[in-house]
Amino acid sequence: MSKRKPYVRKMGSTWWTKNNFHTMYIVRELSSLVILAYSVILLFGLNALRGGEAAFDAWFAGLTNPLAIVFHVITLLWTLYHATTWFSLAPKAANLWIGENRVADNVITGSLYAVLGGVTVIGLLIAFVL
Amino acid sequence: MSQVMKVEIQRYRPELDKEPFWQSYDVPYTKEMSVLEALAYIKDELDPTLSYRWSCRMAICGSCGMMVNGVPKLGCKTFLRDYPQGMKIEALANFPIERDLVVDMSDFIAKLEAIKPYIIRETEQTPEDGCSIQTPKEMEQYRQFSMCINCGLCYAACPQYGLNDKFMGPAALALLHRYNNDTRDEGKEERMAFLNAHEGAWGCTFVGYCSDVCPKKVDPAAAIQLGKVDSAKDYVIAMLKPGE
Repeated sequence: MSKRKPYVRKMGSTWWTKNNFHTMYIVRELSSLVILAYSVILLFGLNALRGGEAAFDAWFAGLTNPLAIVFHVITLLWTLYHATTWFSLAPKAANLWIGENRVADNVITGSLYAVLGGVTVIGLLIAFVL
Repeated sequence: MSQVMKVEIQRYRPELDKEPFWQSYDVPYTKEMSVLEALAYIKDELDPTLSYRWSCRMAICGSCGMMVNGVPKLGCKTFLRDYPQGMKIEALANFPIERDLVVDMSDFIAKLEAIKPYIIRETEQTPEDGCSIQTPKEMEQYRQFSMCINCGLCYAACPQYGLNDKFMGPAALALLHRYNNDTRDEGKEERMAFLNAHEGAWGCTFVGYCSDVCPKKVDPAAAIQLGKVDSAKDYVIAMLKPGE
């Protein structure tokens, strides 16, 4: 008679705390929550814009609350972290060739940083100079 | 002079135990000693009841996968000198434990077989037909993915497979990509159903740990993301060609 009795280990809800790589994966994925909240705030802003100048000013005044500023700084840092993780993973999803040579990983990652830098500079120019 | 390391091993004896338990062994070691050699020392000198799998001792057979301090490793390619704080060894994660460090890999093997991991030709070629020539660029499309030794470390690293074993998993999807991208192969259509399925490439959330733990520097995460590109193209082409 067989004595086989395979033991299946359950992962449990804390599986992602047991390995640094998995923890950082969850940190990356959780950024979606603050980005969702940020998007909702922005949607309220668009709606306020439709409601006229007074409504928009009231929404904008809300953003100057210290809690709102802390939230926006956290969202910015967390989103930047998410972006850097995706930039470092991007070469895996891109099989680009020029002639007989594969485009090097650091060229792909570097291009993404260049685009991010460029868009940031243009955004800041529009916001503060124009 | 050799030092002594406390090696903790998770034991499971199906005929005796309800669940695994930890057992500690004091192993004298030199800086050349691998985990696999430490296990051999324990079995030969301390406890003959310990069970583990091994064969080649040189990271090509893929038999000695296990968790070392919670990280999937090959026992033959991991050295005691790198763990001065001691080590805890347990059976490869995400697989059922048969006994001690031996796991049941039959689900993994079935998945490898399912994706038709061989060159499929519409008409069989004979030696008289001559060589199938490939350029270096054509070979580079699949070469690294053919280096897989089926050790299962990537499955132990993958939380998606751990949470739902219906997911095809890293090695099977990398192998699928390897054959789909071989210019000698004509069987892509037969494999697309596996890739397109929810349990195929789309079951992957790009954790990326599979590629990190691979002892042969295969990049299954890359294969799966490129598989998603293939799958998306296949979907669009199917929309443009209704009735087929």
